[in-house]
Amino acid sequence: MRVAIAEDLFLLRDGLTRMLEAHGLEISAAVDNGTDLLAAIRADKPDVAIVDVRLPPTFTDEGLRAALTARKEIPGLPVLVLSQYVEQLYARELMADGTGGIGYLLKDRVFDSTQFVDAVRRVAAGGTAMDPEVISRLLARNTGNDSLTVLSPREREVLSLMAEGRSNAAIAQRMVITERAVAKHTASIFLKLDLQPSDDDNRRVLAVLAHLNA
Amino acid sequence: MSNQSLSAQVAGGVTAVGRGLVFFALTLTSLVLLAVPLLALTLTGWGFGFAIYAPSWESFDRRVFLFAVMLIAVLVVLPLLFLGILTMLRQLANLIRRLSGGWCGVPIAVPYKPVPVGLRRYRRLLRLLEDVATWRDLGWIVGSACVGTVLTAGPAVLIAFGLAGIGRTTHGDGLRNVILGSMLVTASVFAAPWLLRAYAALASSLLAPTGGAELARRVEHLAQTRSETIDTGAAEIRRIERDLHDGAQARLVAMGMTLDAAGHLIDEDPKAARALLIEARDNSAKALAELRALVRGILPPVLADRGVADAIRALALDTPLRTHLVSDLGGRPPAPVESAAYFAVSELLANVSKHAQAGQAWVDIRYTEGMLRIGVSDDGNGGADAAHGTGLQGIERRLAAFDGVLAISSPPGGPTAVTMEIPCALR
Repeated sequence: MRVAIAEDLFLLRDGLTRMLEAHGLEISAAVDNGTDLLAAIRADKPDVAIVDVRLPPTFTDEGLRAALTARKEIPGLPVLVLSQYVEQLYARELMADGTGGIGYLLKDRVFDSTQFVDAVRRVAAGGTAMDPEVISRLLARNTGNDSLTVLSPREREVLSLMAEGRSNAAIAQRMVITERAVAKHTASIFLKLDLQPSDDDNRRVLAVLAHLNA
Repeated sequence: MSNQSLSAQVAGGVTAVGRGLVFFALTLTSLVLLAVPLLALTLTGWGFGFAIYAPSWESFDRRVFLFAVMLIAVLVVLPLLFLGILTMLRQLANLIRRLSGGWCGVPIAVPYKPVPVGLRRYRRLLRLLEDVATWRDLGWIVGSACVGTVLTAGPAVLIAFGLAGIGRTTHGDGLRNVILGSMLVTASVFAAPWLLRAYAALASSLLAPTGGAELARRVEHLAQTRSETIDTGAAEIRRIERDLHDGAQARLVAMGMTLDAAGHLIDEDPKAARALLIEARDNSAKALAELRALVRGILPPVLADRGVADAIRALALDTPLRTHLVSDLGGRPPAPVESAAYFAVSELLANVSKHAQAGQAWVDIRYTEGMLRIGVSDDGNGGADAAHGTGLQGIERRLAAFDGVLAISSPPGGPTAVTMEIPCALR
């Protein structure tokens, strides 16, 4: 699997490169700004791009905009956006096209390399990797509106893990329950929230996120 | 000219005649008020004259008695009289200032220097006499009596004269009287609004604050807001220092110690060392989370990235309250203004969530005529009051540093609407 990285801080860029290589991923490009990233992607399309939100020259949301431009130019290009902060507004913008292959994670998540590489692979495969903080704030907001009171606490836990983009198997492992129990919970969630059930993991996640963002 | 605008002009003229008469009455009242202390002064002068140069029919005792009475009058009665009259004249002048704004479209600011409360009567009188605005008020009464009466009562007098002429048609030259009288009445009605405006201009020239007074006010305002801004800034820096000291710094120290302990254990007890390393990792994640929260309180990322409108949009996405945002900005205000506006809206929305029991909130951001205008309203139960809420006062103070203002409409039962205006240029 080939990865393009855009991160302006040398230490982090270097650390990411080494970590991903240690897990058997290939780095197709490692650049420090958005313009170079776009050029690298056009010249040699990677399987996934990892982009820092704040990049030179403006040090604002340069990286986010580069990611959105890249996805406009190459529809469906998997992009994982990293940031010191997660913002609902940016999460929405990234998910606006309604297709998968999107990740938005706090930089802290690289602390757990196994989980992080898992997220990179998931995004590259067209899945979703939303930071738990994005999801918890999304759920907090929806709880205030009473739209989630129909769910049991257990179901809410499954919902948040599912919204992060995890598969049934991963949720089962995380919650220490069987995969069949997870499937039962998801079926119940979809029924209670009046969502169209789907066997496809990715489409299921997108439906949940769309519901929470409504 | 259409009928409607003609009738509107006539109505306006008649109204102006009436208003002129009100001004005339106010001028007469002030003249009477002014005459009282002058008369008192004259009488006291005569009294002293009598006491000193009295004719031979007065006994010495009587002269001493008269002298004593006059002395008491000068020391006690006259100051009290002056104080009372000057206070009444100020109220009268303020009434004219208000009416000039409301009736003639020439608003006049109140020019008086503040008189501290709890001052003794003599000192208060001295303060009034020191204030140049007091003497300008007196000048106004004289000017108003000489010129103002013509401008205010003139039209009414001419109309009365014209009507009297029209009424006297029994004599031979009736037609001429009717024509001349009608012309007089018509001319007066049409001229009245102009004369009233001229009167307001005259009033403004003497009753409005002088350039110096205006400057003094401005300097006072700037000095006050500057010291408040410095205080707020210093308090904020202290808070940040304390948060760093108790939060991220402490965690980093703990992390260093944990890592050191792990280093010692790694050969003898790799399992325990591993547990310590995980603990250190978790502590670094917590330190990062605290730093993030701290930075969010100083300068929210979206505000830095995109400006005030998107920052408020991001804020709205984080609150359970349904918040609708309308924004119409051609560019970005200066960073300090953006920051003040953002934190003001943030605090207002927090207030709405906490106190208003509202279902929805609306935020409206626009830039017109050199002003950033932000409206925040909700459908809650109202009753917000800047005089009681320290939060609202804090917002007011922070906006004042930019010459910004805040207005609240929050009747009991709601809804609440807060409007903020900050003068600034867009970049």
